[in-house]
Amino acid sequence: MYKIGLIVNPIAGMGGRVGLKGTDGREILQKAKSLGAISLSPKRTTAALEPLSVIGDKLKLITCPGDMGENETISCGFVSDIINGIKSKETTFADTQKAARIIRDRGVDLLLFAGGDGTARDIYVAIGTTLPVIGIPTGVKIHSAVFASSPSKAGELSLLYLQKKIHKLREVEVMDIDEQAFRNGIVKARLFGYLKIPYERRCIQGGKLGSSPSEEIIQKAIAEDIIESMDNNFIYIIGPGTTTRAIMQRLGLSCTLLGVDAVYKKEVTGLDLGESDLLKLINKEKTKLIITPIGGQGYIFGRGNQQLSPQVIRKVKRDNIIIIATYNKIVSLKGYPLLVDTGDLSLDRELNGYVQIVTNYHERTVYRVKF
Amino acid sequence: MNSKKIVYPYIPNSEPQVQKEMLQEIGANSINELFSDIPEKLLLHKKMNLPKPFLSEYELKRHIESILSKNSTCKENISFLGAGCWQHYVPAVVDEVIHRSEFLTAYAGEPYEDHGRFQAGFEYASMMGDMLEMDVVSIPTYDWSQAASTSLRMSCRITGRDEVIVSKTINPNRLLVIKNYCNPNVNVAMLDFDPKTGLADINDLEKKISNKTAGVYIENPSYLGSIESNGAKLSEIIHKAGALFLVGVDPSSLGVLTPPINYGADIVCGDLQPLGIHMNYGGGVAGFIATRDEKEFVSEYPSRLFGIAPTENSEWGFGDVMWERTSFANRESSKEFVGTAAALWGIAAGVYLAVMGPEGMQELGKGIIQRSLYAQKEIGKIKGVKVPVLQSANYCEFVVDFNNSGKTIKEINKTLLKKGIFGGKDLSKDFPQFCQSALYCVTEIHSKEDIDRLVFALKEVF
Amino acid sequence: MKTKLRNYHAVCWDEPIIYELDRNGERAILVPEVDKKITESVGDGISSIPKSMRRKNVSQLPALSQPQVLRHFLHLSQETLGVDFNIDIGQGTCTMKYSPKIHEQFASSEKVAEMHPYQDESTSQGLLEIMYKTEQLFKEISGLERFSLHPGGGSHGIYTISSIIRAYHKSRGEEDKRNEIITTTFSHPSAAAAPRVKGYKIIIICPDDNGCPDIEALKKVVSEHTAALIITNPEDTGIYNSKITEFTKIVHNFGGLCGYDQANANGLLGITRAKEANFDLSFFNLHKTFSSPHGCGGPGSGIVGVTNKLAKFLPVPVVNYDKENNKYFLDHDSSDSIGKVKDFYGVIPVILKAYAWIMSLGAEGLREVSNVAILNNNYTMKKILELRGVSMAFPEHKHRIEQVRYSWEKLTKDTGINTENIQRRIFDFGTHYWTSHEPWLIPEPFTIEPSESYSKDDIDEFIAILGQIVKEAYEDPKKLKNAPFKSSVHHIDHDVFDDPSKWAITWRAYKKKYNGYFQPK
Repeated sequence: MYKIGLIVNPIAGMGGRVGLKGTDGREILQKAKSLGAISLSPKRTTAALEPLSVIGDKLKLITCPGDMGENETISCGFVSDIINGIKSKETTFADTQKAARIIRDRGVDLLLFAGGDGTARDIYVAIGTTLPVIGIPTGVKIHSAVFASSPSKAGELSLLYLQKKIHKLREVEVMDIDEQAFRNGIVKARLFGYLKIPYERRCIQGGKLGSSPSEEIIQKAIAEDIIESMDNNFIYIIGPGTTTRAIMQRLGLSCTLLGVDAVYKKEVTGLDLGESDLLKLINKEKTKLIITPIGGQGYIFGRGNQQLSPQVIRKVKRDNIIIIATYNKIVSLKGYPLLVDTGDLSLDRELNGYVQIVTNYHERTVYRVKF
Repeated sequence: MNSKKIVYPYIPNSEPQVQKEMLQEIGANSINELFSDIPEKLLLHKKMNLPKPFLSEYELKRHIESILSKNSTCKENISFLGAGCWQHYVPAVVDEVIHRSEFLTAYAGEPYEDHGRFQAGFEYASMMGDMLEMDVVSIPTYDWSQAASTSLRMSCRITGRDEVIVSKTINPNRLLVIKNYCNPNVNVAMLDFDPKTGLADINDLEKKISNKTAGVYIENPSYLGSIESNGAKLSEIIHKAGALFLVGVDPSSLGVLTPPINYGADIVCGDLQPLGIHMNYGGGVAGFIATRDEKEFVSEYPSRLFGIAPTENSEWGFGDVMWERTSFANRESSKEFVGTAAALWGIAAGVYLAVMGPEGMQELGKGIIQRSLYAQKEIGKIKGVKVPVLQSANYCEFVVDFNNSGKTIKEINKTLLKKGIFGGKDLSKDFPQFCQSALYCVTEIHSKEDIDRLVFALKEVF
Repeated sequence: MKTKLRNYHAVCWDEPIIYELDRNGERAILVPEVDKKITESVGDGISSIPKSMRRKNVSQLPALSQPQVLRHFLHLSQETLGVDFNIDIGQGTCTMKYSPKIHEQFASSEKVAEMHPYQDESTSQGLLEIMYKTEQLFKEISGLERFSLHPGGGSHGIYTISSIIRAYHKSRGEEDKRNEIITTTFSHPSAAAAPRVKGYKIIIICPDDNGCPDIEALKKVVSEHTAALIITNPEDTGIYNSKITEFTKIVHNFGGLCGYDQANANGLLGITRAKEANFDLSFFNLHKTFSSPHGCGGPGSGIVGVTNKLAKFLPVPVVNYDKENNKYFLDHDSSDSIGKVKDFYGVIPVILKAYAWIMSLGAEGLREVSNVAILNNNYTMKKILELRGVSMAFPEHKHRIEQVRYSWEKLTKDTGINTENIQRRIFDFGTHYWTSHEPWLIPEPFTIEPSESYSKDDIDEFIAILGQIVKEAYEDPKKLKNAPFKSSVHHIDHDVFDDPSKWAITWRAYKKKYNGYFQPK
């Protein structure tokens, strides 16, 4: 018997069609409704559930009442188990979070959720990486890699995972974009957290050469390279991300996945440091800053690591910045350069040019940085 | 334009009319337009200065055969050469199978359209696994030296150490390959041998091994033919130091010699050439690596490993076993490289083992030892010749000491050559401690008459 | 001429694993018996082996009779798609071409097969002459001055080149300083992996918008630490880097060497050479451009060529010619040699086939090979790009040499069918294709290389097959996802391959882990 959870955000996506960006907040929601917006979630959710019909007789959906999942489950003809404690109408983000926890505690294999980045944030707040999830894209601002490329793809991926045809999981960033700023044309993204998703390894046939190593192994290799070249006279500032976290893990140190940490003589000298902490810490000559692109579009500064302010970056100096990234990350950029948006345009210009990214043990890939 | 354009049998579209049609479809006036990316100054404007070709197949055949006729083969003479390339009988079925066009010309397809190739590879590995009593065997690499070199680096990755110890009684050419492959990240130290027996010097091992040693490599039988008898003791010392025990074998001996895993070997390697592959002037070699079925070992193979899998319709399916590096240890962290190596020779070895069967391999090994013992006994009767030089059991090869003959091996072999005999390999340069000694090899292809002929000829040398 | 699609079906023998055919006691061959007199003289032989070293149990090899062994392996060969059987233009970068059957006669001759590498050189003059003359041919083809025939394949060639590079810098006291090798993203994975074995740090250059390695990036990374640049040209995309001499100049200015991976030589014979582009080292795949058959993945050969200043580092022995005595000989005399990279002297049968191929074509013939390879590729390219949903990597760069990397990105977006789905369906038409090295820089890739062995009709048939599959992708993608339908086996479950408790690399391992058909014990 397969057990999966399903949470549907019934209002996600309503803003987009009518020209609004997102539906955070009651006012925006009312405006959207008044503009004739209809929810896309139900249709997208049923499209996602469709591929699962091949295991329909062995599948049970643990879900929320009414328009948060029950409706779609019934219309697709699946066996359902409705959880208690959630309203069936006019639900809010608190309901999403509560539902996620309850569903997780029911011992499901996987949680499917339909919504946008806001919904992803709520799922993160509720359950973090304690359960694999897959996002069904319905919302406007789909920035997070937790969402499948299409609703049916979300369903296919779920099916493969349940049938154990894929079983690898990876952590993907959940971003938070300042809605207000976004509506005014300014992109201010924050790294909010990480969720765990199943992923399909492509090219599983060996062909001429067998297969290539996974993301985790490469991250370990990069960490090995960084640690090997660590100088005890330098302070190392470690930016957020899973690739940078691998360094801390290899050293056996605690770290903050979303925050900026500092290491000296292979010991922690600061965790989750803010801009002022960093400025105090940085010794002009002997500091290295290790960062990795955050957020999918290849930003090395400006998305998710704002503690690294222009002042901090300037104090560290360009030559002391080490960028690390797995080759898969580079490939995902599809040839577009790495980007910087520090908030200081002249600094952005200075950072423009070629950098050598550490992409494996004793391997560097030359790449362009643009502002 | 002088003569008519040549239409080549191997190039269908060298026919001028079809070239015109194709250019028309492309929308180009000439083929030269199509590579206009190549800068003018890099283009060769003159014809290459190559010999006039043999355009007809008949003339080509005459040309090649006229050159090859200058060779005098081991069939036209009697050869007692071994030293890393051995003369064994190749069953007709083996040649028949590897000359099948499908196997000969396939390459890198998937386990669907190349299902047969994968199954043949899996079966080769399986049969080698039986001979070695090990559960993991690699798809072939270039040769024994590559297999040994990789085994040594694997031991470094598995243990996290970067020093290895290699026996002095391995093939000297193998040592050159290993040294190059280990340079610069892995240190190679040499292990002495007992000059009387040719076996590994246990005291020397105890002196040289340390907690920096990743692996110790010996060959059994050794290059000089000796069968190591201290396997268990060596294993004890090596494992006590936390290192891995690496053994190189001639797989044709495994019908009668115990697989090294039984005296503690962790990684076993060797050459497939004795298993149904013609000598090909040294071009018929192929290396294999085998280990236990443990993740720590499997993850470190650079070569391909074929696994068996179920299919939708309950057939036998195959594919590449995927592996992931589980350890990262100091400087030795590259998982080497993999490319086209010697797959067809692997299939040949598989067919050979299937043809020989369990009884055949046993009879093969037994018969080889008997013939070798007989040769040693009879040669030993010649006054002034000392054999065996090494006081240990041996498989198909043995050292013969000709120092009392007053002649060099070079001279002796030249005399033998005139009688249509290829004498044993001259050891005087590589093993100066034996001076004018030679390495003789006797296999199942030598009849009693062949051996008697050798003895007779040697008698005449004195 | 409209191309009719075949109603192909792969051979499907549902062949058991050979162990399932085991009939205890049967024999497929009898081994020559030892003469009684020998046994009388020395005994049974086994007693001479120390007890601890004697094999205690008979091996578990299967026992069959001769016809049964042959039949089994012939069934397997029939379930393998060799070049001889199909329009093999889909295995891009592999240069699948016709391996002339006459070469097999040469290589199987006793004059090759029954030769021992340590025979007196007076008895192996024929092979030594072939080896020497092969080197002379390649000197002219590449413009380089000395060759080693030793390496066993392309990756091995890169490894050999890396060893020579190291020895060269060591001889100038710069071994430690020069610890970096520069290569590109489209190079063979071994271009990074092999130098790493020799202790090098690898720096990878990405392509610019035109699909060529970014020269500005090169300028940024080349330094006094650069040991060498190792590069392919054209790369697997089929794009020729017209700035190649600028690349080699930049590296030389900093004292580095330039190594040329000539796996993609099929479009350049007689057109351009390593020498004029100022390469110091290069290698050729004799089992690709030079017609030796691929053998399911070897034996192959990756001969390495160098300029004179590097000749002393080549592996020993090389083959030299003593003009005075009209004799060829193996020359082991080089104190600066890197030693050896391979047992003996090289993969002789493969070298012989390459020699024969070149001698059957000559300078004009080789030029024609490349002319037609380029013509075939451009014709194929035009036709493939007419198909719906296909694009070419770096479409703004118009020209390609002998192969092209394409992408099904649009088709995948439109239909959900990806390159692996198409790959599985193409098996149903008696051919196949290859995608790309990992990781996939180009999404949903496939790489097509129509060498000179294929006729216009062959290419038209292949295009028609692709066209049919594209049609199916747009009209009935669901069905397409279940392909192949006419292959030797149905869908293989890959789940077992990366789980140590499930994988089985030998039959004995399988028997230890499973009962019946994949029933875990």
